[in-house]
Amino acid sequence: MANALAEQGRWRDLDKLLARPGNIVGHGFEHSPTLREEIGEFVRVLVVGAGGLGCELLKDLALSGFKNIDVIDMDTIEVSNLNRQFLFRLQDVGKSKAEVAAKRVMERVSGVTIVSHFCRIEDKDLEFYNDFNIIVLGLDSIEARSYINSVACSFLEYDCDDKPVPETVKPMVDGGTEGFKGHARVILPGTTPCFECNIWLFPPQVKFPLCTLAETPRTAAHCIEYAHLIKWDEAHSGKAFDADDPVHMQWVYSEALKRAELFGITGVTYSLTQGVVKNIIPAIASTNAIISAACALEALKIVSGCSKTLSNYLTYNGLEGTHIKVTDFVRDMDCLVCGPGTLIELDTSVTLSQFIELLGEHPNLHLSKPSVTYRGNNLYMQSPPILEEMTRSNLLLLLFDLMGKVPKDTIHVSGTTEKDGKKTSCLRKLRVVFKGVVGGSTDMDIARSS
Amino acid sequence: MINLFKIKGQKREDAANANGRAPVKKQSAGELRLHKDISELNLPKTTTISFPNGKDDLMNFEISIRPDEGYYQGGTFIFTFQVSPSYPHEPPKVKCKTKVYHPNIDLEGNVCLNILREDWKPVLNINTVIYGLNLLFTQPNDEDPLNHDAAAVLRDNPKLFESNVRRAMAGGYVGQIYFPRCI
Ligand SMILES: [Zn+2]
Repeated sequence: MANALAEQGRWRDLDKLLARPGNIVGHGFEHSPTLREEIGEFVRVLVVGAGGLGCELLKDLALSGFKNIDVIDMDTIEVSNLNRQFLFRLQDVGKSKAEVAAKRVMERVSGVTIVSHFCRIEDKDLEFYNDFNIIVLGLDSIEARSYINSVACSFLEYDCDDKPVPETVKPMVDGGTEGFKGHARVILPGTTPCFECNIWLFPPQVKFPLCTLAETPRTAAHCIEYAHLIKWDEAHSGKAFDADDPVHMQWVYSEALKRAELFGITGVTYSLTQGVVKNIIPAIASTNAIISAACALEALKIVSGCSKTLSNYLTYNGLEGTHIKVTDFVRDMDCLVCGPGTLIELDTSVTLSQFIELLGEHPNLHLSKPSVTYRGNNLYMQSPPILEEMTRSNLLLLLFDLMGKVPKDTIHVSGTTEKDGKKTSCLRKLRVVFKGVVGGSTDMDIARSS
Repeated sequence: MINLFKIKGQKREDAANANGRAPVKKQSAGELRLHKDISELNLPKTTTISFPNGKDDLMNFEISIRPDEGYYQGGTFIFTFQVSPSYPHEPPKVKCKTKVYHPNIDLEGNVCLNILREDWKPVLNINTVIYGLNLLFTQPNDEDPLNHDAAAVLRDNPKLFESNVRRAMAGGYVGQIYFPRCI
């Protein structure tokens, strides 16, 4: 009885947002007393990462009415996580973060189903990601963000007026924290900038010169990087260093310690070693909580329309006082990942060499000496000679065949283009559509028409 | 907002392969940028390039430098390049596969070249790195030593340095260390 009451009370505030009309709601918002239940029933959300941010996100999303949640993380729980990754206990150390986090949230919030995936994000195919209506990211690396971004943007299609097709838009909410600082952003591919549009927002990792490490170390970090980058290779010929292997990390730590002693440097600790090698900045639990709250709210706003979404990048800084700033970043219309690219309609009878000629004559491209790549297959390379030779035989083949007989897809070309008499090198995204090929089953169509 | 009515009506079947897209491998933005870099390569005449994993793996390749002047003239030095999907945000990882007596390259093949680490910028490209590596052989530098002994000899006794380089390249010992022939 007490539980049932608590259950009712749990959703009271949320229902006030979703069941009532408002003046500052998002475009097309339709308030309804059943909206919360509909979101719970029909919306599938993927949380990427079950670490500091991920734990918060799972809790926040489950308490915001999302009932079909998946979580993916390849990491296992470490003792050092326990101060902030509050879904984990000491006896969980060594177990999958995704599995334990899912179980703990399901125990606490009735009616929510969280499916865990204890694997790398690259292990899942595109269709796995396509099944979700929204993806929420709680990651700590640029590489992983960039990967998920490119997956989500790969579903995006444009109509013939270069407008994004709404059904193909896979919204993302990206959170990130570093110590007292954090960000939350909304990525609506085709409408707001994607991760790649302004990757320059992320400063590159500080890299010490190797010779400083080898000759004149001055800081604890120098000693650690020496053990990690130089000493490891000397001692383990050919064996790759694995930052996720505690034995490897321990080895680097003890070598760094020896080196620090030799040069009279203090401050080498195991956790600093982890921090330097994995480029980790100490995490602050409340930063995660603040950023996650912003992300979960944006996710709710995107699926319900109950309020306008963040436009489009929130930065939080709790280092000196508290500052929150929202910046409306602009898209890079030439972005290779989310941009519309150039639409090109082709006959299925076009060979690769004819296609390359077409690129030079195309009024918007004027691309000379283009090299062509399609989903990781280099169809033709102008240079260097060794690759030209390896790809030359493709020139006489049909582009339609080289692209696996798909009716339409994205292809990338690099070459030089002339603008106002000035030659510039460029990389272009093309949306190739083959005329007269419908749907995904060309072979069947042919069989039927014959 | 997401159109909830559309989602409600959506069946699993159209989620799968909705656009006739074959589930093939994805190309990262880094791979695409590298594709551009490689297709525009303008190699110096001392340098050749090879792709051990074939034409579709540009992320791992090797270059071979055969300096035509300076201490290292006549030697052949192989470098492996490993490019991450975060390229050009991250510089390529470059190692020297040939054991070389050189102040800025250690015996494990680590290379001290500023643009590979502290001075890397995303506007740089593979060509820049290749030119930088070539420069290491024409202008070895005793101020940024990775091989401390070689740097000291270059600084204090260039004649001895020259003969040490010759001996190493021909296949022989410099001090306690054996260098396989690379001429
Ligand atoms: Zn973009």
